[in-house]
Amino acid sequence: MTTVQSVEAPTGAARNWIPICAHADLIPERGAAALVRGRQIAVFRAFDGHLYAVGNRDPYSGAYVISRGIVGTRGEEPVVATPMHKQVFSLVTGVCLDDPATAVPIYPTRVTNGTVEVSVE
Amino acid sequence: MRIVVAGYGPAAHRFAETLAARGFTGGLTLIGEEPRSAYDRVALTSYLSGRPGTGAEDLTYPVPPAVTAVRLADRVTAIDRARRAVTTASGHEEPYDVLVLATGSAPFVPPVPGAERAFVYRTIEDLRAIRAASEHATTGVVVGGGLLGLEAADALRGLGLATHVVEMGGWLMPRQVDEGGGAVLRGHIERLGLTVHTGTGLDRIEPGRVVLADGTVIDAGVVVLSAGVRPRDELARAAGLDVGPRGGVVVDEGMRTSDPAVYAVGECALAGGMVYGLVGPCNTMAEVAADRVLGGAAAFTGADLSAKLKLLGVDVASFGQLSGALDVTYMDPVAGVYKKLFISDDARTLLGGVCVGDAAPYALLRPMVGSELTAQPSDLLFAGAQGAGPDGAGYPDDAQVCSCNNVTKGEIRSAIAEQGLTDVAGVKKCTRAGASCGSCVPALVSILAAEGVATGKALCEHFPYSRPELFEIVRVRGIGTFSQLIAEHGQGRGCEVCKPAVASILASLNGGHVLEGERAALQDTNDHFLANIQKNGTYSVVPRIPGGEITPEKLIVIGEVARDFGLYTKITGGQRIDLFGARVEELPKIWKRLVDAGFESGHAYGKALRTVKSCVGSTWCRYGVQDSVGMAIALELRYRGLRSPHKIKSAVSGCARECAEARSKDFGIIATENGWNLYVGGNGGFKPRHADLLAQDLSDDELIRVIDRFLMFYIRTADRLQRTAAWIEAIGLGHLREVIIEDSLGICADLDAGMERHVNDYFDEWSATIADPEKLRRFVSFVNAPGTPDPSIVFETERDQIKPVLLEVTRR
Repeated sequence: MTTVQSVEAPTGAARNWIPICAHADLIPERGAAALVRGRQIAVFRAFDGHLYAVGNRDPYSGAYVISRGIVGTRGEEPVVATPMHKQVFSLVTGVCLDDPATAVPIYPTRVTNGTVEVSVE
Repeated sequence: MRIVVAGYGPAAHRFAETLAARGFTGGLTLIGEEPRSAYDRVALTSYLSGRPGTGAEDLTYPVPPAVTAVRLADRVTAIDRARRAVTTASGHEEPYDVLVLATGSAPFVPPVPGAERAFVYRTIEDLRAIRAASEHATTGVVVGGGLLGLEAADALRGLGLATHVVEMGGWLMPRQVDEGGGAVLRGHIERLGLTVHTGTGLDRIEPGRVVLADGTVIDAGVVVLSAGVRPRDELARAAGLDVGPRGGVVVDEGMRTSDPAVYAVGECALAGGMVYGLVGPCNTMAEVAADRVLGGAAAFTGADLSAKLKLLGVDVASFGQLSGALDVTYMDPVAGVYKKLFISDDARTLLGGVCVGDAAPYALLRPMVGSELTAQPSDLLFAGAQGAGPDGAGYPDDAQVCSCNNVTKGEIRSAIAEQGLTDVAGVKKCTRAGASCGSCVPALVSILAAEGVATGKALCEHFPYSRPELFEIVRVRGIGTFSQLIAEHGQGRGCEVCKPAVASILASLNGGHVLEGERAALQDTNDHFLANIQKNGTYSVVPRIPGGEITPEKLIVIGEVARDFGLYTKITGGQRIDLFGARVEELPKIWKRLVDAGFESGHAYGKALRTVKSCVGSTWCRYGVQDSVGMAIALELRYRGLRSPHKIKSAVSGCARECAEARSKDFGIIATENGWNLYVGGNGGFKPRHADLLAQDLSDDELIRVIDRFLMFYIRTADRLQRTAAWIEAIGLGHLREVIIEDSLGICADLDAGMERHVNDYFDEWSATIADPEKLRRFVSFVNAPGTPDPSIVFETERDQIKPVLLEVTRR
């Protein structure tokens, strides 16, 4: 995997990156749940190798299942649909495209030496 | 000519009115026992409301101009037929050339102790007495749950009494509606705060209380008897006129009694062996008698007992006969709507129907009774509603279209109009309809179409094709992957709509494992974990139990697995056992145990064949005519793992008693003396539908051949998430029969080959999964902490089993 992505913190301050798994451990166009400092995070690998991380909790059902949703696109936007009742969230902004008042948190990701890292600060 | 009418109720009034309209100039004397002339009995209940315009004077009809004399508060007590004169209670004698008996009926007072303490509900005087008694009472009981009884109950409720209705029959209004309609009606009435007792009668009335036959005691200050009426034929009887064995003055079709100078009309008359209590037929009788008196030849040849009324705010309608070889039912218990149509056994003729909660179809359908159907019966259920048509377009505005998010059709229509919505995605976004389970999306499409919005056949924004079109593209071009299909025939990277649909098409055409390679990413979470997701993010496990037959050893294994993994167990409607509460990381361990004991995936998680239920059949049952268990197992093993546009359910009954409920299944089989009858297109759910008879008296081989083709044709041509019921209604049963039995399209060999391939290629998904480390990788709680169970999953105990602790939900 050569394509990597890094989302920098807005302040440019140094981040605390936490390793999650090998990039190759993620199935293309599927998510995986990670437990990071007590938080559940859903990490997705898009078809082009891009990584996204959002909160794993589905705000509509309260269940921690976002990582098990189907990944795809709506227009140009990479999205995931919660498996419970199929509301669609942007993987970039975390906002629910069917209901913009609702969102899941988003987390920066990067790949270092083949390892997926997430920042939860 | 001197005409005397005994009785001055509505039928007498209509008789006089008709004579007046025809310019009658002879003598016309009306003699009535009530202190007023005829009044509108149908509006009687409104009299108690005290609203302006509902007083006794307002309800009373004006005396028709042809009437020459009226004697009120008097009553004919004897008829001297030889002298042609009547005598009244006051001693008055009135000669006649023609006598018309319009004596009406009397409420039936059951011969129970204390009956004299009860009121009846017929005259304004009765109502006045009830009103007076109600002033000192808090509770009222109406005995009789028919039309008039419910009117009386409404009156008591209006008088501020806590009201009970007691109906001897199994349900309310047993003469007008069937059991299902009665149940919905009961729901309406109970929501108004009334208490309903059915299946029990009155035992006795004691001061201040009523005792029912089942022992129930109701403390009640007012008791109203409304347990039917009896024709008042005592005058005719005493005068030697013919009366029926169960009462009623016998008349011919000209309303003439056995004495040519005496007619009888209304509720006292027995016409064609029937006594009529509805105002419509009674008026017709009065008009016929008037015509005959004037020398005409009008005839009363029976009446339509159809009725449409509003009782306690509920629309109730019934028309035609209330039974038939076939029926279609629509029931929405939430909205309180029940509609049922009865159809001849060849499914061509409308015989009658019942509507509760929505009587819109009544006006359109009543005239169609006895004539050939003009549309699918299920569409007729929604006749009269705006834009009646298939699916959602025919629903009334108050019908709940999306039950997940409680959205009615009216709300959807408003949103389409006000927000200018043009597609299903817009409807989902604005109303939330279809945004959850998605099963109402076909209804949304038809509602959009009915609102004049052209919706494309496109599956979603990624493919400009319908599911059947995509199926043909994949089949003809031999496409093997989603990536190839979307690159060559679509755009973007797919979504939660097209990915599972394409996964299903690839599975149907190419076989293989649903978690193989790229296909794994297409699957909904259920197929991805080969289990059914539950509300707290755990999964349920359903091993296949073909035909519902299971050995004690296997039952013990299921019990042991459930015990060892702490799973909640429940018997399903499909004759198998569901184990709830499994975490993703537990699924392979659970299935290892199950597979080792000989179990296979039950595909409860897939859009696939679920179960083939069976009754015990001829092996054990003294009524069984075929081995239904053996056939169910053979069918379940043949079609297990078959992916399809929606779930497929089946059942096999060993005789016509139909204990397996096969007619509620996508394909149902009922044994006959000569073989098997095959029914298709049934389902329960939101819009229940009885399966249609497709073929009769098939041999085992013939049966399997027809089902093979039925299923393959369905898989090839149905829309996404379209059950067989909607599919058959879309393509027509006749067309289906032509294609799969007569091979009108020449594709049967292809369909047969497709099923043969499925049967040969079948393997158990779970056995294959637990043998493949690559597929097992996904079954972890956390990719960075596989040993840590999801801390959000918490259970409590209920009835000795686990249940999920409710999760906090911030919105909706």
